[in-house]
Amino acid sequence: MDMITIPAVNLTPIMPEIFLSVMAMALLLINVFVPSSKKSYLSYISFFVIVATGFITAAGWGGHIESFSGSVVQDNFATFFKLIFLTAAGLATLISDKYMEREGCNHGELYPLILFTVVGMMLMASGTDLMTIFLGLEVMSVSLYVLAGFDRAKSKSNEAGLKYFLLGAFSTGFLLYGMALTYGATGSTRISVIASKVSMMTAPSANTMLLAGMLLMITGFAFKVAAAPFHMWTPDVYEGAPTPMTAFMSAGPKAAGFAAALRILLVSFPSMQADWSQLLWILAVLTMTVGNITALRQDNIKRMLAYSSIAHAGYVLVGFAAGNPTGTAGILFYMLSYTFMNIGAFAIIILVGKKGESNGNVQDFAGFGFKHPLLAVAMTIFLFSLAGMPPTAGFIGKFYLFSGAIEKGYIWLAIIGVLNSAASVYYYLRVMVFMYMKDATEEFDWMQVTAPVALSLIISVVGSLLPGMIPSVILQYAQQAVKLI
Amino acid sequence: MSNLLSLTTFLPVLGVLLLLFIPKDSKAVLRGVALAVTVVTFLVSLPILTGFQSNAEFQFVENVPWIAAGPFVMRYNVGVDGISLWLVILSTFIMPLAVLSTWTAVEEKVKEYMICLLLLETGMLGAFVSLDLFLFYIFWEVMLIPMYFIIGIWGGKNKIYAAVKFFIYTMVGSLLMLVALVFLYFKGLAAGYTDFGLLQFFNLHLDLSTQIWLFLAFALAFAIKVPMFPLHTWLPDAHTEAPTAGSVILAAILLKMGTYGYVRFAIPLFPEAAHKFAPLIATLAVIGVIYASLVAMVQEDVKKLVAYSSVAHLGFVMLGVFAFNVEGITGGMLQMLNHGVSTGALFLIVGFIYERRHTRLITDFGGLSKQMPIFATIFMIVTFSSIGLPGTNGFVGEFLVLIGGFGSELRWWTIVASSGVILSAVYMLWMFQRVMFGELDNPKNQKLLDLNAREITIMVPLIALIFIMGLYPNPFIEKMDPAIKKLVAQSRTTTMTANAAVPVLPAMSVATEMPAGHPAVAPAADAALPSVPVAVNPHEAK
Repeated sequence: MDMITIPAVNLTPIMPEIFLSVMAMALLLINVFVPSSKKSYLSYISFFVIVATGFITAAGWGGHIESFSGSVVQDNFATFFKLIFLTAAGLATLISDKYMEREGCNHGELYPLILFTVVGMMLMASGTDLMTIFLGLEVMSVSLYVLAGFDRAKSKSNEAGLKYFLLGAFSTGFLLYGMALTYGATGSTRISVIASKVSMMTAPSANTMLLAGMLLMITGFAFKVAAAPFHMWTPDVYEGAPTPMTAFMSAGPKAAGFAAALRILLVSFPSMQADWSQLLWILAVLTMTVGNITALRQDNIKRMLAYSSIAHAGYVLVGFAAGNPTGTAGILFYMLSYTFMNIGAFAIIILVGKKGESNGNVQDFAGFGFKHPLLAVAMTIFLFSLAGMPPTAGFIGKFYLFSGAIEKGYIWLAIIGVLNSAASVYYYLRVMVFMYMKDATEEFDWMQVTAPVALSLIISVVGSLLPGMIPSVILQYAQQAVKLI
Repeated sequence: MSNLLSLTTFLPVLGVLLLLFIPKDSKAVLRGVALAVTVVTFLVSLPILTGFQSNAEFQFVENVPWIAAGPFVMRYNVGVDGISLWLVILSTFIMPLAVLSTWTAVEEKVKEYMICLLLLETGMLGAFVSLDLFLFYIFWEVMLIPMYFIIGIWGGKNKIYAAVKFFIYTMVGSLLMLVALVFLYFKGLAAGYTDFGLLQFFNLHLDLSTQIWLFLAFALAFAIKVPMFPLHTWLPDAHTEAPTAGSVILAAILLKMGTYGYVRFAIPLFPEAAHKFAPLIATLAVIGVIYASLVAMVQEDVKKLVAYSSVAHLGFVMLGVFAFNVEGITGGMLQMLNHGVSTGALFLIVGFIYERRHTRLITDFGGLSKQMPIFATIFMIVTFSSIGLPGTNGFVGEFLVLIGGFGSELRWWTIVASSGVILSAVYMLWMFQRVMFGELDNPKNQKLLDLNAREITIMVPLIALIFIMGLYPNPFIEKMDPAIKKLVAQSRTTTMTANAAVPVLPAMSVATEMPAGHPAVAPAADAALPSVPVAVNPHEAK
């Protein structure tokens, strides 16, 4: 009998994942000893764990280490995305505590689950083998299903969890089928091997099995990033899930989906770019338009931001369809700034909301602007950033995404993109109309800005404003990150 | 001083920081500080005027790196030439008056109001001085935000509709311009340019079809801002709902962004396309003049009437600019300044009367001149200026526009537009008559107080300017003349390259041709008329 040879393993590339997993398990154990009135401590601990992981991750910047025989890699691309996930998780942790307490579901398992989600996302970003990516995706998704249905006493939350699970499982099927077909066509699941096999084919687009595999994978990822027409689950899940988890889901997992899809398409299928670009072009237009048009008529802010997050996935797809350094660097920059502005906006929604998630309509913001000027200014900054107005990060992000498309020659895509952007202004302005231009019907005296929430707001404001004025540093990092693939 | 422009542009932002530390209940302090900041900004901007050399070069230039990432390099690149100089000065000049005008009109949320005004000033000044396309776009968009809040928070009954309409209208145009701007950048990149610096793009020779698309994108953004018929519908709403200071700034400065955009960007960047579209734009401008005048005539609301008169005046500006000759563009530029002064003054006047009576309907008034003689005198002068009576500033601008237009390809358009001069007299004088003369029969009007010292202080500088610019426009024309000549040459070089026989521009300076002295203006300028059009018209030279 042959001996199975185990290759030498370098653990450095997955150090952040290992650290996070260990800490998450430790938190699960600690949770048992923490009385239910003191669950806040868990959120503090997990925040510090996330910050520490951030340092471990950032320390790997600039290196390029492959491990597990090339199924995981530590490169700038992975590192940049890992930092986005950690930002999303860190901000979500900060705003979870008070909300969960208010809704009466401050169970300690929340925080380890967030950490496990991050582990999954990190594997998706650093995986260089379809299997690793799939593994990461499943770790992420399973944790997310639970997080979406975390408020188990509420039927809407249950609905969100179940719906997300059913449709998520369905889409995973697509993804897996696509991976299997790709394996069938190329004989490998390793991204680099697929790349060399595809590049040796004379007409890869004529290889039906390969083409079908690629299309199915794109479908699977389109579902994960909520691109139209695979977005149907999004509004219900986002509305039903606990608000901090909605904030988290709209930023982190979406970025993870883009990370994996970017690596697979750009590294494995560069010679088929004409095919997938076309497809993403259509997806981008559909996604932006559907997201924006449906968002126009929403009264519930959470639902509005859910639809708007579909639209934002569409903007990112514009850069993706371009597939050039300008566009892809734009994706990285945009996902980071989107994390700040979107979670920031959700933080304000949580503050304005009351128990049972009431007070979550646009109309409930009437007069908010002059009752809590500072919070309202923060919300204004987030909304303008989401709308893509200068001098915010959202503007620079969109600028690079659309510029990528223009550089590639997709002028019409860019035009459809900016027109969508203009339409989106309407519903963002609507919130401001209520905040500033309608008279207050309430005193907003129930709001408690605790230190963690304040911290998350400060981070979000800085994150949505500063990169808009001095974007060079982050953009240069983003460009280094996309260079390696 | 080398960073005079930055100082002027960002002083209001420093003022905002100052305001943040003042408690919101001490309204007097807030108003005082805001006024002081705008006055200081005006004073700081004066050395730009005095230190400006009358040549075609950009002066007070500052150029430092700002963003560099990927294919894009954006620089903080600012400077003024004779065209932007006056608009900068106009902005800093109008702002203190706008702040003063809201002394008693805005009683609520004073702090936020003043912050918005100051941020708006920075946005406007930044847009006028930017020499980097990207930087210009940033300022251009940033302006929208404070104006949106000014209309939406402190506006009248329909404020929300007006504010949102204003915002989205402008946004659609400017976003398309952004696409064109990026496209242009990549064209420049292919030609070896390395940044968004505006001036180099003037030498970029694009083929006609590219020019046409890019011109359309830029022209749409600017046409919305001007606003040109049929894109003007946001303006009457915005003007009517905005508080007085908002209307004043909107009319006096913001609308100039559009016409300035044509002069600075759309025409010199895409000269051939500009020539191609000149008849279309002139048609829209003339329709704007006539249509807006007719609509103004039947308005019942004084403020709406003034708003429509704005559309008509800016139609004149556009006609002058698209005459592509020195007279026309000089006239257009002067008309921009005149419109800033006289329409700004008209909105202030409407504001005064609205503050007293809380109505703006013409039928609610009548015979006010008996009760308010000072007000009546000032109103009269401003009305004349708006009509363009010789001796006031309005005449000089309108006259030059008509000369320029008549001497260009746009002769027939000009002839039709001339009727706008008459129409403006009709609607303005008729309104003036119904408001100021007749029986003082409404009891509410019988107790009206005349203008107080603060209000007179606001109006005096404007009245002075109306006469100075009307009687002795030379200093104004002198400073802008070289820049305008350069612009005319720029818009011509590419169009006329095929025709080597183009006569060299006669060294005719409008400044020297324009006689000073009031009654002599009309006949003397008339005498100059026959010699002008033939000499400078590029098209007849074909």
